[in-house]
Amino acid sequence: MSASNNPLAILFFFVFVSATLVITYFAAKRTRSAAHFYAAGRSITGFQNGLALAGDYMSAASFLGIAGLVSLNGFDGLIYSTGWLVGWPIILFLIAEPLRNLGKYTFTDVVAYRLTQKPVRIAAAIGTMAVVLTYLIAQMVGAGTLIKLLFGLAYWQAVCLVGIVMITYVLFGGMIATTWVQIIKAGLLLGGATTMALLVLWQFGMNPTNLFAKAAELASDPAYGAQNTKVLEPGTKVVTGAWDAVSLGLALMFGTAGLPHILMRFYTVPNAKAARVSVVWATIWIGFFYLITFILGFGAMVLVGPKVILAAGGGGNMAAPMLANAVGGSAFFGFICAVAFATILAVVAGLTLSGAAALSHDLWVNVFRGGDADEAEQLRVARASSLLLGVCAVLLGIAFEGQNVAYMVGLTFSIAASANFPALMLAIFWRKLTTAGAVCSILFGSIGTLVLIYLGPTIQIDLLKHGPDAVWFPLKNPCLVTMTGAFLVGIVVSLLSPEPRAEGMFAETRDRVLVGAPDIKAVAH
Amino acid sequence: MQDLDARLSAIAAKRWQLGLLLTALMLAGYFGFILLVAFGKPLLATLLMPGLTVGILVGAMVILFAQGLTLFYVNWANNTYDPIINQIMAEREGAKK
Repeated sequence: MSASNNPLAILFFFVFVSATLVITYFAAKRTRSAAHFYAAGRSITGFQNGLALAGDYMSAASFLGIAGLVSLNGFDGLIYSTGWLVGWPIILFLIAEPLRNLGKYTFTDVVAYRLTQKPVRIAAAIGTMAVVLTYLIAQMVGAGTLIKLLFGLAYWQAVCLVGIVMITYVLFGGMIATTWVQIIKAGLLLGGATTMALLVLWQFGMNPTNLFAKAAELASDPAYGAQNTKVLEPGTKVVTGAWDAVSLGLALMFGTAGLPHILMRFYTVPNAKAARVSVVWATIWIGFFYLITFILGFGAMVLVGPKVILAAGGGGNMAAPMLANAVGGSAFFGFICAVAFATILAVVAGLTLSGAAALSHDLWVNVFRGGDADEAEQLRVARASSLLLGVCAVLLGIAFEGQNVAYMVGLTFSIAASANFPALMLAIFWRKLTTAGAVCSILFGSIGTLVLIYLGPTIQIDLLKHGPDAVWFPLKNPCLVTMTGAFLVGIVVSLLSPEPRAEGMFAETRDRVLVGAPDIKAVAH
Repeated sequence: MQDLDARLSAIAAKRWQLGLLLTALMLAGYFGFILLVAFGKPLLATLLMPGLTVGILVGAMVILFAQGLTLFYVNWANNTYDPIINQIMAEREGAKK
């Protein structure tokens, strides 16, 4: 099934792209400084930022991926739904307000606040780029495959199309345009998914348990084609061992609190209170959405059927669009296809912008220029970095065509939890953190994760098809080792290399964490 | 000023304690669920009513629990923490003049 012969899908898509390009045009006129480009002039409200955070976070992997996973496996998909939500309270309790009060554009501002700027910024830029690039590869390859299925374009055309539209948003409209694209996308996705869930429940007397019972009855017959005959209880496919489960859980939980494109959004609001409120809204929307995907997944299992879903290709990703067709006809199918496209666009735009901020704000302005660059130069470099990263994203997307990149999402969360989260926590909470400690922690987290993923079963067995002998590291997701390791490395190295200046500034840091910095608020206008 | 600093330290400590406590609760809730998935399969498979197992209920509860914790925190921060900080800041401004 494809939307290539569905004029409505193409119409919806053009309406979305035209509307967002109009927004980009107006955003470009308002983007006159670095504070506009990176932080939307700090003019976004808490409610708006909550929606934008949800839009940044609800990727195609969570909409199409979880619905597909549940439609084929049942219960096991819920492990991801919950795991992807529980990182948000952690961001609220530990990160959001200090981040907003201490930093300017990137989370590196917070890590480097008391420390020697250059080494910390270089290390943190490495951590950021590792996360952004692996996540961009996963998103671009997913986008190419999906759009090929949904709209019948060739893979490279699909990747280029996503790249061009996304670069246009970021390059001209910066954070203002990106934020509004995310808000619109979140609204469309939440509205579309809710409508679809209601249409499904309509057929089951508006009672989810009727739907689940029907799914359990159908799937109990192996001939129905579900991967698991008991779909309302844990299977054996997703969680293989207890340590693997705990390690994946840690990565999902703390990785969210280390994603640069999420952290960057806290600078778009005027103060810490708005940052706090925005996380609550994000948690409400995302949690609601994950509850809905469960109905969509079981709905697709019953109303479309695992065999038909698998036959459509994409490893289950077509479950949600096919369900739309089953409950709402081809018009609704077209709408959901356009929403899926919008979802991908918004996420890659947010990622590209956060990568560009690391390159231009952290590396160019603060390392290369020693913090001394005027507004016009900052804006110019920020735009050049966005263009560079956008082109990289397209090339990487094309280079990785046909590769199995599902593991890359787990890898991304694992790097974020190991490289970025420990350094951020130590910088905010621990008086004795030193430059050497922060740098070693970040490098250990990013390089350690990459090495252990490579030596682990995901790459050696699943990808390279080696025998079990080639596996040097037993866990599929190394987060358990690399995140704890990054904390330990940061602490031990700091204790071995005392830095009185950094320790002396801790009181000032604590003060600013509590009450914010008046000078940053003034920059906005 | 000494007094203001002490009060600032006190409210800061209180906020971190609450933040860490809520983080611990979230960790316990989620990893409790994960460990049940790994080790408590028969319990999660128990049917409460046709179409509803303990597993599905607990999974949905984890999501609602996360939302509940964030609402609790923001309520405390907006109604208790912010006024105290604002009060201290106002007194500090007054002390400077």
